[in-house]
Amino acid sequence: MSLIEFKEEGLFCPRANVYIDPWKPVAKAIITHAHADHSRYGMKNYLAHPWSIPVMKHRLGQDINTQALDFHQSISMNGVKIMLHPAGHIPGSAQVSLEYKGEKWVVSGDYKLENDGISTPFEPVPCTHFVTESTFGLPVFDWPEEEVLEEQMHRWRASLVESQKVGVVYAYALGKAQRVMKTMANTGARIFTHAAVERTNECLEHNIELPDRTEFNSDLKKEELQGNIIIATPGSMGARWTKKIGPHETASVSGWMRMRGTRRRSNVDMGFVMSDHADWKGLNTAVKMTGAEKVFVTHGYTEVYSKWINSQGINAEVVKTAFGDEKEEQNEEQKELK
Amino acid sequence: MKNFVTLIQQIESQSSSKKRIDALVEFFEKSEPADRLWCIALFTGKRPKRAVKNALLKSWCAELAQLDDWLFEESYHVVGDLAETMALLVPFDGAGGLKSKLNEQIKALLPMKNFNEEEQKEQVLAVWKNSNHFERFVFNKLLTGGWRIGVAKKNLIKALAIFSGQDETAVAHRLMGNWDPSTTTYHELMESDMDENLARPYPFYLAYSLENDLKPEMNLKDWQFEWKWDGIRGQIVKRGGECFVWTRGEELVSEKYPELMELGAHLEDGTVLDGEIVVHDGASVLPFQLLQTRISRKTLPKKLLAQAPVKFIAYDQLEANGEDIRALTLEERRRQLIRTTKKCSSKELLLSESIELKTWQDYEDLRLRSRAFRAEGFMLKRKTSPYEDGRKKGNWWKWKLDPLSIDAVLIYAMRGHGRRANLFTDYTFAVWQGEELVPFAKAYSGLTDAEFKEVDSFVKKNTVDKFGPVRSVKPELVFELAFEGIAHSSRHKSGIALRFPRMARWRKDKTAQEANSLEDLRTLLQLYEQQPSRTMSPKSHLIQLVQVVKADENIDAAELKIIQDYAKKHDLSIEDALNDELPQMEKGDGLKSWYHLLYTCLADGEICPSESASLMEIGVNMGLDVSALRKVIELSHQNGTVPLTDEELNAVLD
Repeated sequence: MSLIEFKEEGLFCPRANVYIDPWKPVAKAIITHAHADHSRYGMKNYLAHPWSIPVMKHRLGQDINTQALDFHQSISMNGVKIMLHPAGHIPGSAQVSLEYKGEKWVVSGDYKLENDGISTPFEPVPCTHFVTESTFGLPVFDWPEEEVLEEQMHRWRASLVESQKVGVVYAYALGKAQRVMKTMANTGARIFTHAAVERTNECLEHNIELPDRTEFNSDLKKEELQGNIIIATPGSMGARWTKKIGPHETASVSGWMRMRGTRRRSNVDMGFVMSDHADWKGLNTAVKMTGAEKVFVTHGYTEVYSKWINSQGINAEVVKTAFGDEKEEQNEEQKELK
Repeated sequence: MKNFVTLIQQIESQSSSKKRIDALVEFFEKSEPADRLWCIALFTGKRPKRAVKNALLKSWCAELAQLDDWLFEESYHVVGDLAETMALLVPFDGAGGLKSKLNEQIKALLPMKNFNEEEQKEQVLAVWKNSNHFERFVFNKLLTGGWRIGVAKKNLIKALAIFSGQDETAVAHRLMGNWDPSTTTYHELMESDMDENLARPYPFYLAYSLENDLKPEMNLKDWQFEWKWDGIRGQIVKRGGECFVWTRGEELVSEKYPELMELGAHLEDGTVLDGEIVVHDGASVLPFQLLQTRISRKTLPKKLLAQAPVKFIAYDQLEANGEDIRALTLEERRRQLIRTTKKCSSKELLLSESIELKTWQDYEDLRLRSRAFRAEGFMLKRKTSPYEDGRKKGNWWKWKLDPLSIDAVLIYAMRGHGRRANLFTDYTFAVWQGEELVPFAKAYSGLTDAEFKEVDSFVKKNTVDKFGPVRSVKPELVFELAFEGIAHSSRHKSGIALRFPRMARWRKDKTAQEANSLEDLRTLLQLYEQQPSRTMSPKSHLIQLVQVVKADENIDAAELKIIQDYAKKHDLSIEDALNDELPQMEKGDGLKSWYHLLYTCLADGEICPSESASLMEIGVNMGLDVSALRKVIELSHQNGTVPLTDEELNAVLD
């Protein structure tokens, strides 16, 4: 019996009788992080990092059964030692390790190696079997340093002040928005947050400190907004309020902005290459640091990345999952606004 | 390069035309004349030829990035643009600030094709090392010869008008003709006396398709109706005793049409006519296919001239007695045109007929019979309108025959390029034959960005199988395909080939079961064949594809396919494709020249894998041998811009 099986409902540990980020209703689920494609409705019991739980309850309902597990604390399920380790993806995001008789699996969920200043930084976990994402598993994806990003945002803000325009940044409500808030607050800009972002902020603020900001509303005067930043979800692009805020520039914040095609397609004025996923080098470093003998590649450029890992002398295999659907996260955010 | 790189960056990031124009004006102000000239040249499609073979560039880049070839190719596939892929993969993060000016950089590239590999590599790597990401991208674009970044010609003209203080019409006029940036100067192009260039044509006035809801507001009395002929739009310029024939693609084609030169001899000096070059037997216009036999040849044997005699149907007169009369009303210009045609004793000059009927219904009835006259519909021109330049709405409309259409099921998908990189935007469609879905057409255009995104997400979730870059998907989505023609084809499984298929609508209201059948297509074919058919030959498909590859104004490698679909609709002349780009055409005979043509397409310019696949497909449809084709394509990869010799081709064909 393999310690982890890839089943129709999701990744399953038969010995512990627990699923990790399942996409169909099950009795027990360990959730790596609260994004909609990893944390879904209908599980009888949820186990997650304490920072994820308020967001999950907010999204899935206050009445869900949850159990919190801190990083580096272990629980045992039928002899399987289970631990959470920081994944660095968003606040509260975790890698799950499952260990039994010398075999140790790490399911990493989504992760990045850079320290974004709000998420607990990624920690490599030595293991025998590593399950990795591959969202950006191509060598063309190479993220700029944090300082470079900060400088770009500073420059953009300065140009907004000069031209007396509002900056509208489209970012996912959970994770990306807080990261942008933090960087933008450092530029001295006032931050306005759109409703979906602010609801998520409230959930996170139980546990982490966030910069000062004001919730956006249509009564705000144009003079207050000029030279400052509104953070909204990608789903609100082109919404009615954007036509009432006066002259503004728009920005997208995503690893996809690395490619000219997607940059142009996104129809925004600025594209910041800021991602919450590991870039090519990040993935390679992570895989190497685990020392795993077998790697399972999920959502993203799965075939290319597993072929590459194989060519590096590590046994790799593609696993089909239901992760990586950005639309689900957008739907979740849209619901927020209704 | 700094100013130019900044300009490109601004153009890329600005969504409004006004900001792009501002950026151009700023560039012109900051730059020296030679840089301005090259910028104008690049944005009007006069890009330098590729200096270094793509295969070499790829290998140097893969070597620097320490990547296997397959991984490089996978990356290229996702990014969809070779210059950008290399800019992303080269592992240097130079501080940037390339010192050389744009014109110096281009002048340095021009002689490179004569260098040996080592020298080329040294020069390329020196730039790669010293540049930052975006500079490298712009440099690579110049290097690979696939320059398709730009602004609409309209906007370039506006910016030049602001910068130079001339009006837009004058600027548009100056940019006309076949000037060469390596032999002319900015001063000669933009500041010299206009009269110095006898041959210079006027910018063509082009029309948009008639919007149906406009009809009720249009008073028939205000409009002149003419046939929209399916030939090559052209201009005859007679000045200083000399005659020049231009096509809409700004190609000088005087030598190809001795009939028109003869016509010119009978025109008065200081005359410019706008019209359509057609094959005409004295009684009526002959099929467009015949005209194509003229386009593809540089030598004109008597037999050909007898088979495909050319005439010029004059639509308009732009210059009379050396005076520019474009500002006069159409009525006034037409009176002048009638005088000119009466005076001219040449039988090769015909006057475009003005069709006067009583009601819209009368026009509609006649329009539906356009094909019988070998026309493709009507042109509507406001009688009080001046002769404008470029494609403008309001005074001229084209009112073409409606395309044919059929509902089909999406069964295969491939990734697009450029702006559509990493999205599944290239589809294969099928119709029912009993319980089986038979593929019959490919289409890449017609959906909105949002729709493409939606289909992309469907494809990713519903992939049944993968064959290389092609994914077969669950047969579920139904689209209405529109097309201009339908013909028998022994090469397609369906037995049918469509001309310019594109997606007219996503039929979300239909299930796959409700799509049309092969029987329905066959019925359409029968109906269509009863009309005097001008179904396009595979040969002309290819010509258009070639032209698209060479097309420039604001075209992205990615959008190539869309243009392929629309080339016809937008009256693109196919002349361009064959004239200067394909010197080998006259050497070979018959099929051989098509191998040359394919080779040239691939060797010169940036062709992505899927594009070479479409070339292959067309080649096969024409009856070329698949393995010979493959070898020709391989040769083009090896040789780069070095022309294919007859010996090489003969070796391949043996």
